[in-house]
Amino acid sequence: MTQQNRLQTGGRINRSRPVSFKYNGTSYPGFEGDTLASALLANGVDVVGRSFKYSRPRGIIAAGADEPNAVLQLGATEATQVPNVRATQQELFDGLVSTSTNGWPSTDNDMMSYIGKVGGRMMPPGFYYKTFMFPQSLWDTYEKFIRKAAGLGRSPVENDPDMYDQMNHHADVMVVGAGPAGLSAALSAARTGARVILADEQAEFGGMLLHSDEKINGKPAAEWVASVTQELRGMDNVMLLPRSTVNGYHDHNFLTIHERRTDHLADLAPMGQIRQRMHRVRANWVVLASGAIERPLVYGNNDVPGCMLASAVSTYIKRYAVVPGNDLVVMTTSDRGYKAAFDWQDAGRKVTAIVDTRAEPTGACVVEAQKRSIKVIKGSAVIEVKGNKRVSGAVIASIDASGNKVTGNVRRLSCDTVASAGGWSPAVHLSCHTGSRPEWRDDIQAFVPGKSVQKQLTAGAINGSYSLAACLDEGTRRGVIAAANAGFGDQSDELVEVAQTDKVNEGPTMTLFHVPHTKPTSRAPKQFVDYQTDVTAAGIEVATREGYESIEHVKRYTAMGFGTDQGKLGNINGMAIAAKSMNKTIPETGTTIFRPNYTPITFGAIAGRHCGELFDPKRYSAMHRWHVESGAKFEDVGQWKRPWYFPQSGESMQESLNRECKAVRESAGILDASTLGKIDIQGKDAREFLGRVYSNAWAKLAVGKCRYGLMCGEDGMVFDDGVTACLAENHYVMTTTTGGAARVLEWLELYHQTEWPELEIYFNTVTDHWSTLTISGPNSRKLLAELTDDIDLSKDNFKFMDWKAGTVAGVPARVFRISFTGELSFEVNVQANYGMYVWEKVFEVGAKYNLTPYGTESMHVLRAEKGFIIAGQDTDGSVNPFDLGMSWCVANKKPFSYIGKRGMAREDCVKDNRKQLVGLKTKNPQVVIPEGAQAVGDPNQPIPMTMLGHVTSSYYSACLNHSIAMGFIRGGLSRMGETVYYPQPDGSVIEAEVCSPIFLDPKGERQNV
Amino acid sequence: MFSIYCPYCEEHREEEEFHAKGQAHLARPLDPDNCSDKEWGEYLYFRDNPRGLHHELWVHGTGCRKFFNITRDTQTYEIKETYKIGTQPRFTATQSQ
Repeated sequence: MTQQNRLQTGGRINRSRPVSFKYNGTSYPGFEGDTLASALLANGVDVVGRSFKYSRPRGIIAAGADEPNAVLQLGATEATQVPNVRATQQELFDGLVSTSTNGWPSTDNDMMSYIGKVGGRMMPPGFYYKTFMFPQSLWDTYEKFIRKAAGLGRSPVENDPDMYDQMNHHADVMVVGAGPAGLSAALSAARTGARVILADEQAEFGGMLLHSDEKINGKPAAEWVASVTQELRGMDNVMLLPRSTVNGYHDHNFLTIHERRTDHLADLAPMGQIRQRMHRVRANWVVLASGAIERPLVYGNNDVPGCMLASAVSTYIKRYAVVPGNDLVVMTTSDRGYKAAFDWQDAGRKVTAIVDTRAEPTGACVVEAQKRSIKVIKGSAVIEVKGNKRVSGAVIASIDASGNKVTGNVRRLSCDTVASAGGWSPAVHLSCHTGSRPEWRDDIQAFVPGKSVQKQLTAGAINGSYSLAACLDEGTRRGVIAAANAGFGDQSDELVEVAQTDKVNEGPTMTLFHVPHTKPTSRAPKQFVDYQTDVTAAGIEVATREGYESIEHVKRYTAMGFGTDQGKLGNINGMAIAAKSMNKTIPETGTTIFRPNYTPITFGAIAGRHCGELFDPKRYSAMHRWHVESGAKFEDVGQWKRPWYFPQSGESMQESLNRECKAVRESAGILDASTLGKIDIQGKDAREFLGRVYSNAWAKLAVGKCRYGLMCGEDGMVFDDGVTACLAENHYVMTTTTGGAARVLEWLELYHQTEWPELEIYFNTVTDHWSTLTISGPNSRKLLAELTDDIDLSKDNFKFMDWKAGTVAGVPARVFRISFTGELSFEVNVQANYGMYVWEKVFEVGAKYNLTPYGTESMHVLRAEKGFIIAGQDTDGSVNPFDLGMSWCVANKKPFSYIGKRGMAREDCVKDNRKQLVGLKTKNPQVVIPEGAQAVGDPNQPIPMTMLGHVTSSYYSACLNHSIAMGFIRGGLSRMGETVYYPQPDGSVIEAEVCSPIFLDPKGERQNV
Repeated sequence: MFSIYCPYCEEHREEEEFHAKGQAHLARPLDPDNCSDKEWGEYLYFRDNPRGLHHELWVHGTGCRKFFNITRDTQTYEIKETYKIGTQPRFTATQSQ
């Protein structure tokens, strides 16, 4: 391969470092310093994709983030696949593998294009909505087809082997963009001593100066860039971030920056290196110097490969030493387009003509064109190009001064490239992210940042200040102001040293967005506005004709701006066309809203290190190692890893549960209950406070006693429960559900701090301070007695709901005689770091009692046999204590109107026939009703059936030899003995009898022994 | 992401340390038992949703665990002030637009 479009000299590529890359299976050569786009153009690759809707061949148009067509798939292996890469922003490296993302069977020969050609008129805007809406049931089928046709790249199906991370920073001045304005701003701010971060999406700083002929301080601009960059690099207070796109500008000057650290080196990051990093910057002041994006002109067949932006043509020639064609026609509305023709001519290739839409252009460049003997065709436009996979000619015609119609003189010029220069659109995206609406400026025919809502300044082309002199001046001064506002230096102008450059004499610009054709827009060849989503000028006119007046509606109807490029090239043209067809001005029509991210970002960079093992913190009890070694299966409860059950070899889950439950009922079992939330409560008003946050009475709880409590919201609905022990007159320890600990603590603080600050009370979380070993079963007393000599465990001296302090296995302990299984039960609390020691001691003496570890699932079965609720499983925020049949836990005589009392008295809470928690006994004792199953009274009722409630807890009870369930039934407490039905997805129906939820030991004798 | 000044810690901290608890200055009725269902319903469920200045209750959850109030512009997200429970805002909405 020859790189037929490569120049022998010039550019910023490194000819001594040739590299080889693949595109669609073919190997091509390029050089270090190339982008994938410049290398493709150097090799004469014209077609890089097929269009979204019409499958038209598409080529490279732009040279930066604004590129809509050259969006490629990258990756040499499955695991390193990256979709959505703009070839114009991907630096070339040896071994790069790229493919086009659409076109079937191939980009060059695409089946869909025939449909596009024939059916173009059959695919108006709103086509998908209009065609695929009905019948809705077929949408799944349509969607597959549409996605395949659209060709949006694909994500890898293997895990990403690369590492990503995130970094937080504070900056006094954050400068976005390292063109002439940004470099000037960073330098003047940094010289004050302010902490400065300068980020730019390109590999090299300099922006447009990297392909400019202009001089700064009498020297080539690139030399100024190098000296400024070097000075900044030498400053400790400056961080330079090349290859870093500021993708989002969020509230309170928070910016997210996507840095690509190794994407220019290899397919896979070199060993030990981070592929991409997300910088999260909190800046005091921000200077946006994000530049401007050139607008293409909208004319017939303007998407044929060979149609490019004039500035991109210059960039490819001057920066990459690539001339993307042989024979150029330039169309321009200002002096700006001339440069492309001069660069082209300097590269030794043919410029057929500059077609200037202005009748009498005057600037210095017009004189130079004459000097260079380039033909300038005035008052004319390229109204259409010819060609399919490459431009073969341009049809030009005279147009009137307003640019509204063709006045004649239609003729054809032969060429293979048409560069268009339609003026500039400032890159206002980041400013818009903050909620600031951009403002239209008639003098430059563009939107500029509107009134800032943050501590933000703007400099250079983003303000519509396009000349180099203005960029240097604004940048320098804004940098000084930003630093001064952040408390560094002062704003005195004498201190400001602005780099000098020549003033350029420019003629006026003509306002033109949509080039007229001899035919009406609807009949003219397609004039593309948004390339990526295939929106045409005619399409926008259809949308407004069909009544879409808001630009936001036009956007959604046509899909303009919906591509991965967010319409960087086409939006302003589209708005102008919409405005014109509605006889409105552009500011009246307004803009759509830009949102983060400015360019697509990888999920890896978003996730950073928060994936796999580090996705979320895990919490382990002090006995975790023992559980692992004992073969426990674990379940996640909040962030806790709790033993779920302890299968022995060959056991199924149900067999394990049966064995564990029987051991507890027959002898002794042990549960690691360390994860229960524990809140230490102290203060002279603690008792009063407990009475206000629990629904039951606390006034008479004596020291040494425990009590179960229900916690309700102000609406009267239960949200947590647990046992609280009175340790001393002014000292309590409250337990909460494992998952509710943080929520409950915050709830207590909320009421103390905002409602009752006069109460003297203090809360602290002590969940992690204690290990809790629950020993449960008829032999638990005997077992524990072997481990303590200072706690009297006798029936009369250590009653149910008492607690005592002492030692267990020689370790200081608090022992609570409470029970969640219905058996005689002791909860031993020791300092967490003694937990494992005591646990092992318990097993040493426990063997003779067949001490059996049980997990959360057996705990669930055991408590369900007793009808004990689990807050969050049997409650869902719509259940009050009466619904749970727990009126015994509601005190009506407390003097203070506690939280939940008034709520429980609301009309809806006291009405008859609320859903109430009951037990459910299946007619077939072996059938376990699925949790969540809906109850009906008549299984033969036609659908939709009247639903009575649902099952909240359901298990097989080995101790009872039948299944048990708890669930809600409308008016259930007065329906005991009635039959309800649970229709199943397979058509079967489970019959169950409504019963008391207390299946075992209704009198509570087993725990009172 | 907001940068929030905690009036107790007396420092600006990242929003990740805080969470919002809804409208501020909602006093629990002193005598709930004598509230009508309508009055209790208003207290329980009805909240302002202003365009412009809004007083919000926040908590410094992973910091000092203190609740405090924020006056925030719901259009620009600018935080005008943060102030302790029991004190009054200096910024209040002039008649709504």
